[in-house]
Parts: sequence; structure tokens; C-alpha cells
Amino acid sequence: MYVAKNRVALTGNQAVAYAMKQINPDVCAAYPITPSTDLMQEFCNYVANGEVTTEMVLVESEHSAMSACIGAAAAGGRVMTATSACGLALMWEVLYVASSCRLPIVMTLVNRAFNAPLNIHCDHSDAMGSRDAGWIQIFGETAQEAYDNTIQAVRIAEHPDVRLPVMSCFDGFIISHSLEVIELIEDEKVREFVGEYRPSYSLLDVDNPITVGPLDLQNYYMEHKRQQREAMEIAKGVILDVGKEFGKKFGREYGFYDEYMLDDADIAVVVLSSTAGTTRVAVDELRRMGIKAGLLKPRVFRPFPGREFANALSHVKAIAVLDRAETFGGEGGPLFIELRSSLYNLPRRPIIVNRIFGLGGRDIFVHDIKAVFCELLQGLERGVPPREFDYITIRE
Amino acid sequence: MKYKFDTNKLMGWRELPIGAIIPEGGTSEKYETGSWRTERPVLDPERCTSCLICWIFCPDSSIIVKDGKMIGFDLDHCKGCGICARECPPKFSAIRMVPESKFHEEG
Repeated sequence: MYVAKNRVALTGNQAVAYAMKQINPDVCAAYPITPSTDLMQEFCNYVANGEVTTEMVLVESEHSAMSACIGAAAAGGRVMTATSACGLALMWEVLYVASSCRLPIVMTLVNRAFNAPLNIHCDHSDAMGSRDAGWIQIFGETAQEAYDNTIQAVRIAEHPDVRLPVMSCFDGFIISHSLEVIELIEDEKVREFVGEYRPSYSLLDVDNPITVGPLDLQNYYMEHKRQQREAMEIAKGVILDVGKEFGKKFGREYGFYDEYMLDDADIAVVVLSSTAGTTRVAVDELRRMGIKAGLLKPRVFRPFPGREFANALSHVKAIAVLDRAETFGGEGGPLFIELRSSLYNLPRRPIIVNRIFGLGGRDIFVHDIKAVFCELLQGLERGVPPREFDYITIRE
Repeated sequence: MKYKFDTNKLMGWRELPIGAIIPEGGTSEKYETGSWRTERPVLDPERCTSCLICWIFCPDSSIIVKDGKMIGFDLDHCKGCGICARECPPKFSAIRMVPESKFHEEG
């Protein structure tokens, strides 16, 4: 059994910067934006101190950061970066270039709300806005998960049958700036796990010249999009394999989702990232009162493992999906829309409602989540389902 | 890594190189851009001294040179930008741009 020798207190940003140091990517290009700034700042210290051999490119914008990452990845380098919110938005155009060129870039996204009004705190609008950009998206609950996901992301992205960029997300400030005791893996074990990157091609290979990103019109474009869809399907298996191998080697196994007291649950909350921790406490309190409450925390959002989520929730009578992002005029939050669609083919569909919470870093407490559970419970008892869509922790 | 890439048939998504890579060099020659042209360069061989300034400036490698002499244009690839006519020294003015429509009327 693997026993961690190195337990240290780190913030989420420090933990991921440390993972990047251990991975020692060939190239990093980044531009600072809160709350991901001190992640890259920390990593830049490693560069400045000669603790990594990474070529650090300090650029003039996030559009340039991602563009530099794309060039470096097309040249055959192992490439990483980090950003948040508006920084991600400025990368928008080139996010699609990275995924369409099938470049296995690993980017940490420290989740933050979009302006305006100006807000630097956590919500998932940034990640959800880019959910269709062709990137694999993994959400970590804690600094430990953010660290572990960073290491796994390299393997997932670079798998020869996947070759897709990976966005590793965790909650801004709540995780990025909070100290947490985490278990670090030894440097050589991380290096061994990620292995040496063998790119399929390199722009710098003058003996085998290639063109990257050519004109691709009506007669070919759709075939290339279909390939991306296939890579996402294949990624599902790879994500599970890498998560299992990680568990075998380091004692923490990862899959598509994490569940808590879900086996015999009548009512369940589905929520991403750090709020899952708060939900576990709410579940514990309700269980002590004899209420069969449970939690499902999706870890992977792209590709969306809808069938697996539906199977895990098929026995539950009523579900509340908590979304930390809005679709303004859509059928609900992004997680709700996809999850409800996944449940449609179940022989017996659970009641499912959507609650928007935590926008712009609005705090959510155990009692807020207990109130959602109670709504579900009352709905079941009275035979009248609760309102399908609502905001919680909002002043009227 | 070597892809099989057949430009003569439309390949299916399972057989195409991943990521829209073109796995060989010099493929722009296969892409004929001559039809983009609205004006065609026409050479007056009497005035041309084969100084080859046009050859230096042509962005599409469409100036044909044989034995050190400028002999004409690669009209399969010339986009008709007119840089050759502009850069040809004024005292020679050996290249003029003629609307493509003139050739179609005649042809």
C-alpha cells in the first residue's frame, strides 16, 4: 500500500503549482488574473529558482497565452497554463483552436464569476461558458483533488487515442486561497506516473513537414468535428483507467463522480466542487434525523457521463441539482439541463429540480442545503413536486 | 509517424489524419488559387530586362524564371495581387494588370 510521507499545508493554488513543478512541463505561457494569479506566480518562482526546466512565456494577454501554448504544443511540447473567468473569456477563440488541432494542453481554471458588475469570487460561469469548446473538463472539490487532477490531466490529455486539451477546475478563493493539509506524492513517482510525452508529430521536425490548422471547408470540416466527438467518447474510458491507476498507486481512486450516502437515498443533491463538502455535512445531519439524504458530486463534466450519473441516481425519488452558473433564459443551470436530459430515458424518472446558488462567491451554508433537502422531502410527502427552478440564498 | 493521405478522394472521418493535420509539405501547390484573380499580370517581353525584382516580391511564387530570364506567370496560382506590376521599375514598366474579364470576352 502507498503511504504518503509528505503531508503539508498548502492552498489550492500552491498545491497545483507544486504539481506543475513535479510535472516539469516544457512550456508554460500565462497572463495573471485573480484568483489564478498566485498559482502561476508560485510556478514562476520555481522557474526563476531553476527548480524546473520549463520555458516560461510571459505574454501580453490570455489570447496570447493560449496562442503560445498552441504553438508550443504543436511543436511537440508538454504545455500547461492557468487562468480564471475573464482571462478564459479572452482565450475563447483559441480554446477551439487548441481542441480542434487536438493539442493536449493542460490548463488549470480557477473558477470565478464574470464581470459586470466587477466580481472576483467563485462561480462556474467561466467553465460552463466554455463547455462546448471541445475541452475535457474535470472539477475538483478540494486542494487535494485539484493536485491529483492536475497530475491525471496530463495522462488523459496526452493519451494517443484522446489528444484533447484538459481544463482542471476548482473553486476560486474557497479552494485556491484556503490552506488545506494535503498529501504530496514524491517527485519521482509523479514523473513516473505522467511518463515521457511522445507527441504524434512536431512542427519542428523538418524531416517530416506538416501543416497545422489549414483551411478546412464544406468537404472536410464535419469529418474533423466527428473525430472530436469520438475522442470525447474514448476519453471516458481513459479518464476511468487513469483514475483507477492513480488509486492503485497512490491510494486515492477517481472516477466520473463521487457519491455520499447515495445507495439507499430517497432524496439527493447533485453539486460540483467545494459545495459538495458542505452538502456532506447537511447529509450527515439529516441522516441523524432518519432522513435518507444523499449526494452525487460529478467530477467530470466534459465528456458528460450522463448514463453513469443516471444509473447512480435511478433509485432516488427526488433530486435537486445545485448550479453555480446561470444560462439566463435557458431551461435551468448547465448541470441541471444535462442531468435532466440524462434521466429522460430511465424507466422511472425521479423528480428533479434546479437551484441556482453561489453566484459571485455568495456563501452557501449547511442550513441552506438542508432547506433544499427539506423542500424535496416535503414535495414527496405532499405529492406536489417543488418548484422546478429557483434561486437560493437570494434576497427578495 | 506517416499518414496515408489521398487528395484524390474524399476521406471518411475514421481515416483522416487527427486534428486536420496535413502530413506532408509543399501541399499549397495542389491548391490552385488562380480563379481568385480579378486582374491578370501581362508581360511585355520587349520592355522586360529580367531584373527579377518581380520574382523577389511575388508572394505566391508565380513568376516563372528559366535560365535566369523572366518568361511569364504561373496563372494556376497567381491571385492577381499586382505586386509584380507595382514593383517593376518605372523606367521599364514591363508588367501591366489587365481585368480578367477581357480574357473571357476574347476567349
